[in-house]
Amino acid sequence: MTIDWNAFTPISALAGGVLIGVASALLLALNGRIAGISGILGGLIDRTAGETGWRLAFILGLLIGPALWLLFATLPAIEIRADYPVLVAAGLLVGIGTRYGSGCTSGHGVCGLSRLSPRSLVATLMFMGAGFATVFVVRHLLGA
Amino acid sequence: MKKTLLTAFIAGLVFGLGLLVSGLANPAKVLAFLDLAGVWDPSLALVMIGAIAVGLPVFYLAKGRDLSVLGEQMKLPTSTDIDRPLVIGGLLFGIGWGLAGFCPGPAIVATGAGELKAIVFTVAMLSGMGIFHLLNRPKTGGRGRPA
Repeated sequence: MTIDWNAFTPISALAGGVLIGVASALLLALNGRIAGISGILGGLIDRTAGETGWRLAFILGLLIGPALWLLFATLPAIEIRADYPVLVAAGLLVGIGTRYGSGCTSGHGVCGLSRLSPRSLVATLMFMGAGFATVFVVRHLLGA
Repeated sequence: MKKTLLTAFIAGLVFGLGLLVSGLANPAKVLAFLDLAGVWDPSLALVMIGAIAVGLPVFYLAKGRDLSVLGEQMKLPTSTDIDRPLVIGGLLFGIGWGLAGFCPGPAIVATGAGELKAIVFTVAMLSGMGIFHLLNRPKTGGRGRPA
């Protein structure tokens, strides 16, 4: 394994992680809800009674984040190399997979691990493992 | 406006800023993290560590409480099953994540930044969730699955 020290950004990664943790803590302490993005989106699609308002408000906050950022600084790079067919296939997999597995990086990864949930640990190992394996296949076996 | 709408909005906003600051909103950086066999960028492991360091004590304090600070019913996941949907769903999600470098939160943030490719991914992701919803009826509290 070779570490890309030039690309390594430990300070911003930790700081961003702390912000994500603070946001999850706020939603838990004030609203009594889990900041799981796929659960929030899926809940909007399922239209669970009485849960739509806060979910829309949270998603609106996520959407407006970049605009707020732009008031003070230029946006950090968002580099999307995948082409459109891959994006569509990946999007479908992420949508179906996160709903079938009841969570994603935020719900299982951040909140579930913070709750010390064995169920979320298994889910996190599954999607991390599949993510590592997929990139290995795409980049090193298929050479894309 | 209800207080809980404002707090959910602020939580979403802070979450989104965290994704931007951390680099998780950038698929190229996510894929560099997932590429163990290439020149590896370990940064995103620190995102998880930072988030969980804050989350651990707060979730510990919240455990066993019935009401939130604002008097809302606490809704924490109750399932502890390690079952097939959990494993297969996690694997499918991981494949999609490894293909595009997007998980749900960053896709929404990048959509908010007006990135056309992120919008396409997000529409496909929401379609996937819609397909799951249709296949999974009658639903059981939004987290249901076939018995």
